[in-house]
Amino acid sequence: MGRNANAKSAESHLTTPTRLTGAEIVWATLVGEGVTTVFGYPGGAILPVYDALRKFPIHHVLVRHEQGAAHMADGYSRASGKVGVAMATSGPGATNLVTGIATAMLDSIPMVCITGNVSSKVLGTDAFQEVDITGITLPVTKHNFLVNKTEDIAHAIRYAFQIAVSGRPGPVLVDITKDAQQGTAIFDFEAAKPRAYRPHPMLHVDESGLKHAAELIKNAKRPVILAGHGISESGAMEQVRTLAERAQIPVALTLLGLGSFPASHALNMGMMGMHGESWVNTAIQEADLLIACGMRFDDRVTGTPSTYALKAKKIHIEVDPAEVNKNVKVDVGLIGDLREVLEELLPRIAGRDGSAWLKTIESSKGAVSVHDIKNLPDSGHLYAAHVMHDLWRITGGDAIVATDVGQHQMWEAQYFHHETPRSLVTSGGLGTMGFALPAAIGAKMACPDKEVWVIAGDGGFQMTAAELSTIVQEKLKINIAIINNGYLGMVRQWQEFFYESNYESTPLVSPDFVKLADAHGIAGRAVTTRAEVAEAVNEARKAPGAFLLNFMVEKEDSVYPMIPAGNALHEMIRRPGKNPLVESADDE
Amino acid sequence: MLHTFVAYVEDLPGVLTRVASLFRRLNINISSLTVGRSEREGLSRLTLVCEASEVAGHRIRASLFKLENIVDVDDIAKAPNVTRELALIKVAATPRNRAQIFDLVEVFRARIVDLTSESLMIEMTGVESKIEGLIEVLREDDGRILEICRSGKMTMRRGHHTSSVLKAMGKAPDESSLQEDVTEDAAEANADVEPA
Repeated sequence: MGRNANAKSAESHLTTPTRLTGAEIVWATLVGEGVTTVFGYPGGAILPVYDALRKFPIHHVLVRHEQGAAHMADGYSRASGKVGVAMATSGPGATNLVTGIATAMLDSIPMVCITGNVSSKVLGTDAFQEVDITGITLPVTKHNFLVNKTEDIAHAIRYAFQIAVSGRPGPVLVDITKDAQQGTAIFDFEAAKPRAYRPHPMLHVDESGLKHAAELIKNAKRPVILAGHGISESGAMEQVRTLAERAQIPVALTLLGLGSFPASHALNMGMMGMHGESWVNTAIQEADLLIACGMRFDDRVTGTPSTYALKAKKIHIEVDPAEVNKNVKVDVGLIGDLREVLEELLPRIAGRDGSAWLKTIESSKGAVSVHDIKNLPDSGHLYAAHVMHDLWRITGGDAIVATDVGQHQMWEAQYFHHETPRSLVTSGGLGTMGFALPAAIGAKMACPDKEVWVIAGDGGFQMTAAELSTIVQEKLKINIAIINNGYLGMVRQWQEFFYESNYESTPLVSPDFVKLADAHGIAGRAVTTRAEVAEAVNEARKAPGAFLLNFMVEKEDSVYPMIPAGNALHEMIRRPGKNPLVESADDE
Repeated sequence: MLHTFVAYVEDLPGVLTRVASLFRRLNINISSLTVGRSEREGLSRLTLVCEASEVAGHRIRASLFKLENIVDVDDIAKAPNVTRELALIKVAATPRNRAQIFDLVEVFRARIVDLTSESLMIEMTGVESKIEGLIEVLREDDGRILEICRSGKMTMRRGHHTSSVLKAMGKAPDESSLQEDVTEDAAEANADVEPA
């Protein structure tokens, strides 16, 4: 049966109640939910579902490890805003998903994972490849289901999609026993619709809260907007921008907030927190009002909470009531969808003159910014900052960048300036090494017309490098930049700063990544000097297929500035005035 | 401070694990947890008591509500409420000292529900302190208590109060089933009467 015929019959299932097998119901429900791509790996307990796939117009991406499937579904969701779907078999297949599910949970990514399980008759008997995956994923899913009746499958999957996207988004797992997949039931897509979402008793924006917030904004002398991931999740880019422009408030972004406020905007200060620029953190510490939009005061952005922004009143606009007053005590908590709350708040905000405060912030930049490595003359050494800067310059910032976790991730955040939401795909909350490559595959599947780059370290890349095969099998044009310094760089940096440079277990022997790519049928080249970077990036972009660049960067370069753990936001380790490896650097 | 969370939860496998798991993760000890059927089919009523700061209490309530199987949560420790606990206490008793225990049971308005030649079982319903009081007196005679089984707290707000969320969901208790003649005052007056 051809794809069109499949599509037609799948469509008729949605309108006319039909008797189907549980396995067919899985696909029919996914089709009804608008799913076109599923990332997964077959196995015994999910085989009935895989067997039924040929009848449905869904593209299945065969991964090399289930962790990759979860990260791909996650990357798919981050890049497109749609729900990503991952599939795995029981036992080890299901447990391999866990890291990917936890990654999505910590970053509030809507995702649905479907796993097979052993027959309900042997459930709980330690049968072959049986694991209590609903029990295991309890703390890392927004919700999960164990379905052992065919007639419950459609409702569970539809409910999972609703939970995944509603309120604060997150991952949901549906575990389906093999006998439920094999049985038959009447599939009625409409009837399987979950009940209307229950109202949240703590979820209301009260008039007095809005009034109080507007009053605080009106009277603030040194306000700062803290822009988080919730902005892109709720689609509030325009509203945040209007607020910033109307009241002339500078904007500081969290790592996951990057892109939700244009980097080139005059009011954009850049990233805050542990590796944010010092003027951003100083501005937050000096502020008399913080307006937190869809962010959760993670410890990576606050430093020690007891020393955080003590002079500032705080307004927190957040969809999850459990986040308000969790890490930082706030003066006004506006609980609700960010876009809706801002739409209610904006009519109460009048134009405001913020020039004095903006000038103060501007004047604090100067001395620090000259130490940007990218502004220094070529000393023959290759720094990761050069690579990020050239990548940004050459792509014009118009690319989806998926990063791994570590030094390169922070350099990317500092030197690649994101203009649009969903252009940075990165694991913020869980900090999952090995995320970049599979997440980029998901992003490319979601946005085939976009230029997609993987930026990974030599450590993290090896955690999921097997997915290179998936790139080839799917014929994806993905460019890969490995920032190779022969160390687990961020850990080495911590060892240098806080453990007397005892580089225990951080030097890393890696394969020749270009040869590794070649073994997969992917072209590549190594880059060792700054002069070569631009040419290499262009070569990768022009290549018809995937391309891997192995950037051999300075081995013991560190990410500056940095707030050591336990310090206040303004107590940063600044960029060293004189870097022994770089000529003509001035003292700060 | 002490929090008393009252939650309506769906009767589904794993719901209690989800609730308990939330407290485990926060490293907060549950001092009492009682679950039983509610006035609604398919929904159980859960009473959970724990010690936590006020801010933590707010967060726990919000986090409990985030669980999909929880339909409503209320923290009623501060509201006027009626709290009861049930205890079954088995005591070693011979014909010689039985009368003494009978007297004690009478004073505490408990009752004897089982009697053998060597032991008897006391059933007592009341507030925690009263049950503690009986146990303390029984303990004065070394080795007399053989077994204690306590239910944990059950708490209900005083007055004609029902959950606003259940109402919004159309799941409010059927109004007609409420006795029309029981006004709030009357209900309140009745509320603290100790059961016999």
